[in-house]
Amino acid sequence: MIQDMKPENIVGEFKEIILNLYGGFSRKIYYSELETPYPDGKLIVSTTDPAGVITHVNQAFIDMSGYTEDELIGAPHSILRHPDMPPAAFKELWDTVQKGEKWQGFVKNLRKDGGYYWVKATVIPNIRNGITVGYTSVRRKPSKAKVDECIKLYPTLF
Amino acid sequence: MSYIFTVSPDFSPDHISGWYIFNTWLQKHTDLAIHLEMYNNFHSQRSAIQNDSIDLIYANPYDAAILVRDKGFRPLTKPRGCCDEVIVATSINSPVQDIANLQPGIKVATTEDPDVNMIGMIMLESADLNAANIELKTSDSYVLVAKHLLRDDSDVGFFLAEAFDDLSTLIKNQLRILVRSQISVIHHSLMLGPKLADQHDLISRLLLDMDADEKNREVLSSLGFTGWDKVEDEEMEFMIDLMDTLKV
Ligand SMILES: Cc1cc2nc3c(=O)[nH]c(=O)nc-3n(C[C@H](O)[C@H](O)[C@H](O)COP(=O)(O)O)c2cc1C
Repeated sequence: MIQDMKPENIVGEFKEIILNLYGGFSRKIYYSELETPYPDGKLIVSTTDPAGVITHVNQAFIDMSGYTEDELIGAPHSILRHPDMPPAAFKELWDTVQKGEKWQGFVKNLRKDGGYYWVKATVIPNIRNGITVGYTSVRRKPSKAKVDECIKLYPTLF
Repeated sequence: MSYIFTVSPDFSPDHISGWYIFNTWLQKHTDLAIHLEMYNNFHSQRSAIQNDSIDLIYANPYDAAILVRDKGFRPLTKPRGCCDEVIVATSINSPVQDIANLQPGIKVATTEDPDVNMIGMIMLESADLNAANIELKTSDSYVLVAKHLLRDDSDVGFFLAEAFDDLSTLIKNQLRILVRSQISVIHHSLMLGPKLADQHDLISRLLLDMDADEKNREVLSSLGFTGWDKVEDEEMEFMIDLMDTLKV
């Protein structure tokens, strides 16, 4: 399960909202307008089990999300869910990878401190001996033009 | 029965004799007839892989997926402390200070190395550059890539970070690094084919013990390595999955 965010962790001015997440549970989150730029040359990597529970993160993931490794391992991947992301994007992600295919898209992620960061994400199923044992996501730096397109498009998808 | 060993064609020219020394060492210690076959380019090496002609390979990470998933190879080892990272650089005289300043139509100097090219292109992607709107100029070596930049006939160059670091100070002083990748997961590795599968544990142990002995350390150093580290099957699967996300 994921805990509500804590106001004392948030940097700067923020808003509050309750997100309804998959599985029928909800999470109170706080979010600000502070963007963390994507670090040049790095990939942000995580792996989940078949249900989307995080099983592995790399250092860039820890640095960008603001959470510790202990807080991330065992948490659902929606710990990064930002309210500006349209649910349709994640439905498409899950529909695609559950078919055994690759999904690619631009995602705005929520940090532990309430700030956000944009990524270009690719998610693939980890298939071992014909069985999907989990999923891996690798994020790279998105172009400014692509992010600007998403900033216009995403609000229309709710 | 004799077996064929081959080395990813992106090996540094300084180490070609090292690979022959290593092959002799391997034959002596395994009692197997292993022949070292060097291919001039990735294309001819891949045909040999496709034809099941290869039994042991020091493989480029780009080829790991075919080797493991289509051809039944298993990883043995990787060079100690070593990962394939990439540098994108310009000439010091170039006005470009940041990847984001690069414009469509630029000329990119590069080698044939498939993993370096893949990672290099990913680092250009954040400036909306892709294979369709840049021009690739392929050279035979990283020194030639550097020369293209110094002569101003390319705008940026892709380098294997190790090869960039090995350039002379004179050359390096005339280049500016725009970005150095910090991926830490992608590496070359020695892999064993199905015909030698029953030798996996023996060869693996020989390699992992190499750095314990003075004479064997000399063999390693002729390859530019200080030792071998084990690569587990799942570590290799993870790297292949990661490469897979980057190939799109
Ligand atoms: C490998 C993998 C990586 C994911 N990465 C993210 C991510 O970075 N940010 C995010 O909001 N959702 C990510 N998701 C999707 C989440 O699992 C989840 O579907 C999403 O946050 C929306 O929450 P909900 O499904 O509970 O509505 C990822 C899923 C997988 C399988």
